[in-house]
Amino acid sequence: MSTTLEKTPATTPAFQQVSMARKVKNGFATALIWLSFLIAVVPLVWLLATVVINGVKRIPYSNWWTEDFGSVLSDEVGGGVAHAVIGSVLQGLVCAIIAVPIGMLVAIYLVEYGRGKLAKITTFMVDILSGVPSIVAALFIYALWITTFGLPRSGFAVSLALVLLMIPVVVRSSEEMLRIVPDDLREASYALGVPKWKTIMKIVLPTALSGIIGGIMMALARVMGETAPLLVLVGYSAYVNWDIFGGEQAALPLLMNNERVSNPFDEGTVAFDRIWGAALTLVLIIAIVNLLAMLFARLVAPKKK
Amino acid sequence: MRPGDRIFQILTTGAGVFVVSLIGLIGLFLLVQAIPALQADNVNFLTSQVWQTTPDDMRFGIMGLLLVTVYSSLLALIIAMPISLGIALFLTQYAPKRLARPFAYVIDLLAAVPSIIYGLWGLMVFAPAIEPFSQWVNDTFSWIPLFAAGNVSPDLRGTIFTAGIVLAVMILPIITSLSREVFERTPTPHIEGALALGATRWEVIRTTVLPFGKAGYIGASMLGLGRALGETIALAIILTGAVGREFTWSLFDGGATFASKIAADYAELNNEISAGAYIAAGLVLFLLTLIVNFIARSVIAKKGD
Repeated sequence: MSTTLEKTPATTPAFQQVSMARKVKNGFATALIWLSFLIAVVPLVWLLATVVINGVKRIPYSNWWTEDFGSVLSDEVGGGVAHAVIGSVLQGLVCAIIAVPIGMLVAIYLVEYGRGKLAKITTFMVDILSGVPSIVAALFIYALWITTFGLPRSGFAVSLALVLLMIPVVVRSSEEMLRIVPDDLREASYALGVPKWKTIMKIVLPTALSGIIGGIMMALARVMGETAPLLVLVGYSAYVNWDIFGGEQAALPLLMNNERVSNPFDEGTVAFDRIWGAALTLVLIIAIVNLLAMLFARLVAPKKK
Repeated sequence: MRPGDRIFQILTTGAGVFVVSLIGLIGLFLLVQAIPALQADNVNFLTSQVWQTTPDDMRFGIMGLLLVTVYSSLLALIIAMPISLGIALFLTQYAPKRLARPFAYVIDLLAAVPSIIYGLWGLMVFAPAIEPFSQWVNDTFSWIPLFAAGNVSPDLRGTIFTAGIVLAVMILPIITSLSREVFERTPTPHIEGALALGATRWEVIRTTVLPFGKAGYIGASMLGLGRALGETIALAIILTGAVGREFTWSLFDGGATFASKIAADYAELNNEISAGAYIAAGLVLFLLTLIVNFIARSVIAKKGD
């Protein structure tokens, strides 16, 4: 209270009167803006509560994490999602192995080399690529991999489709991190006679690395939740399959969809527990990956200033 | 130029060119795969609402899919646009600085939830909860074609109405985060000038923040629209289309969008001739999202200069 008193001007300001109509309008707008925020929080809380409450039934048991559904009937309680977790992680990792180098090269091109028209077009195309729907990416890989090359549906085909979705995210975040690296560092390196490519590999990249890894994990978390490529490009298997190049392979979203389509999906059924259990598992995995991403991103934060 | 530098430059530029050519490759491969099916099509591909992909008698047209896709996406946009605007204004102008960041993070969390979970939540939890409201609107306003009784039996759950609302929640984060970025860049002198003239908080927003950020906000909304048009599995779960029916303008009807149709009938991709029809639909979806994203990015890029 004492501090506000000090700030009070000695004489009353000249333009103090705010008409009633303006006050009402201001109050109304304020209320609407607060309301819109609350409206957005409601579905988030509701959604997460639904997933946690319905999903928590099976997750705490160790067989949920170590077994698959291969040996249990579709309406029998038991088994676990190990096969789907393995599939999701494998497909995600293979996707990252392909998408990360490409995405980082593009980002390096844009930051270190890109001048003129091609760089502008590349930036624009990366943005456009980030708007390509996942089902279209899946159909493209289908047309390329399965129809044109005649290769079988597999986890690897899924990874390829995920690559298309992951590249733009990796480019965006890496580009941002590379741009923060101060030019002084580059110039100091050049002054010592270090070639440009070595400067990039040994000075620029390591400086930005923790932030880049953060961005990559964020991108990975996003593509691991995709369903459309799984539907089009790989068959579901209830057994663990480590072979990404052949055979049917499960993934968490695919498992959820498969249980939904093939079994009665009502409260109290086995399918219901399995679906929401898988949903919670997926959310947990994504949350963990996101958390690691945030930790990495925080590591780079002080270098901004 | 040193050989190492040359190699590195070619490598990074090559990656840039590769990403640029991806969009063209996607279009090309989809087109090549779609042509045989289009030639076998016995009805007009653009104007027909029939979808029959029996290999000996192909009759498929996209008009029905196009109408449902655009209709549900526009509904989502109409709901999400004002709310996103409110949240973006809340985060940039109203929320205390210390709260703005965690709140923005909460909104971004909405984007991290996999879309299959939105679909399950939409159909199993949200739709039953909103059913009494849907029923009431349907009973009271059924004389308006928009709210006429649809053909979704036995209840009002898997409707375009439900789908539109869930889609709105899904596109909220992207519109919000981009608008927030633009609003944050409102020049401080503008805001201070308005404040010095005695403007209320709302008047400051109306006279400085909104005019400054308008283009960015519209661009962000278009990006949200692009996302909504391509959303796949959530809609495949929520929409329950009665097969072979004409499109009605009722929100309380079922139907299928491009993406949900492909996802729901993925098994048909195994037949090469039928697959062409779905790839043709995917191509149209690709072009549609391409145009929308293209316009959105152009609007945003123009503002950035």
